[in-house]
Amino acid sequence: MGQKVAIVGAGITKFVSRAQETGKELAWQASKMALDSCGLTLNDMESVSLGSAPDAFDGVHMKGEYLRDGSGGWRKPYMRHFVGGGTGVFAPIHGWFHVASGMFDTCLVVCSEKMSSVYPHPQGAFTTIFDHTTEQALDPTLIWIFALEYNRYMETYGLTKADIAPVSVKNKKNAMDHPSAQLPGEITVEDVLNSELLAWPVNRLDISPASDGAAAIVLAGEHAAKRITDKPIWIEGVGWSLDTAYWATRDLSYPRHVEKSARMAYDMAGIREPRREIEIAEPYDPFTYKELHHMEGLLLANRGEAPQLLADGVTQRDGDRPMCPSGGLLGVGNPISAAGLMKVIEIFLQLRGEADKRQVPGNPTCGLAQAWGDLMQVSTVVVLKR
Amino acid sequence: MELSKFELGGTRIKQSDISKGNVLTLAVTPKLEYAWDDGVAIGRYLEELGNGKIIARKCNKCGRIMLPPRMFCELCWRATDEWVYCEDTGTVNTFSLCHVNWDASRIPEGEPLHLPAVIHIDGASPGMGILHVLGEVEPDKIKIGMKVRAVWKKPDEREGSITDITHFKPVRAARKKSKKKSGGGR
Repeated sequence: MGQKVAIVGAGITKFVSRAQETGKELAWQASKMALDSCGLTLNDMESVSLGSAPDAFDGVHMKGEYLRDGSGGWRKPYMRHFVGGGTGVFAPIHGWFHVASGMFDTCLVVCSEKMSSVYPHPQGAFTTIFDHTTEQALDPTLIWIFALEYNRYMETYGLTKADIAPVSVKNKKNAMDHPSAQLPGEITVEDVLNSELLAWPVNRLDISPASDGAAAIVLAGEHAAKRITDKPIWIEGVGWSLDTAYWATRDLSYPRHVEKSARMAYDMAGIREPRREIEIAEPYDPFTYKELHHMEGLLLANRGEAPQLLADGVTQRDGDRPMCPSGGLLGVGNPISAAGLMKVIEIFLQLRGEADKRQVPGNPTCGLAQAWGDLMQVSTVVVLKR
Repeated sequence: MELSKFELGGTRIKQSDISKGNVLTLAVTPKLEYAWDDGVAIGRYLEELGNGKIIARKCNKCGRIMLPPRMFCELCWRATDEWVYCEDTGTVNTFSLCHVNWDASRIPEGEPLHLPAVIHIDGASPGMGILHVLGEVEPDKIKIGMKVRAVWKKPDEREGSITDITHFKPVRAARKKSKKKSGGGR
């Protein structure tokens, strides 16, 4: 490997149901803030990496090129990457390739998403992720696959919806302290269970919203990072894995691809006991059960036992193993790629002790962010250390 | 760099800002149509569905009998070996009771819910499930582990599509009905 890589700056917009700004303008706002946060200019960026979700949301083909000027990518080595919902945590990995290789000393990593453009609802744009011949003819909607996985998870471990609903309560409450948050609030388990039933077992408050928003980070190689800041946060481990697209043939109760991606990142970071060494984590939480499902795949809980940790308060901000201290996708919002990068930024801020009211106690030194997507099959993980 | 020290971008607007003309938008419907080729494996799968049969493909190295069929085994990374007919029965591995259409619009009160399920098909290897929908069953009677049977369109109505099976229904109900309506299936 050429050199160590650190995150040295970060920027984010508010996450909103519909933004007046275009995707480019959102990208510009987040990118400018990221550079300002570490006292750099675009001239200091040797490369630019952009993450954005399917072109179908914007109705713009070659969205990487479309978003390029807002992301500062003109006349620079620039590339767009995309791994579905996993994109936002693949973003720092993609930037890491650029800098760790020794090819560049700096990389501006931008994720911008505008989901509100597509009518009547962004859910419609997701129908083409199903197999065009064997599945789309059945008139599926995106929620089906999550409802099916949620149900299988409950069945396998004898869980109830009331065991899982507190994820929404916790994350929406955490989000009350996040200035970007779209759906913060104090709710109860009953509110979740009594919210509109969309696709049993999924109720409305089990789901994160569709959002517009952007996020950006600045990466720097070892020597450059130490010149830029006295608080670099190092990317110590990266991992990603993709499971079969024949999703109906998988064991839906356990995300094996998440474990694969986590083990890859842990090995690289020298982490042997993740439950002791990963002090805080941002597992991907587009649905309530996913935070628990992912904790288990990330080896941060035994299979089927994450709900007990939730019930015991272990995953609260002041618990032994805080999960989604940002408020997660359920609370802050889910502009797909930007939501994943928001999670990376949260761990960055937490490890620097700069998370305002969201700060977890105990001066954490090591944290993890994870994202997930496609047909419930891709997982991306980064391990960050102070 | 606490976030509270920055003025964050992102200006929230509402649908009413658009309808009142406070924010201008340009509405466009893309004109795109596609014809997807079925390919070798799925082509045969659909052809057999048209015959009222479910066919799988076997890899003689790992021994898996795979649904949907495929011409290569993605685990052994080699060509698959033979066609194997499956039963048109299976087991519900998981299901949902869905109140929402593809575009997030709601199914009107009183109209039937969508009942998607992952069904493990008998005769394929364990765990080989397909996505389909359940029918002829009260939603609150559906259970994981329930045995179900394919309900086929009449032969002259089939067109070589996954929808040649209109739905899967509980096996017990299928037996009762099949006495009345013999020959309607295969």
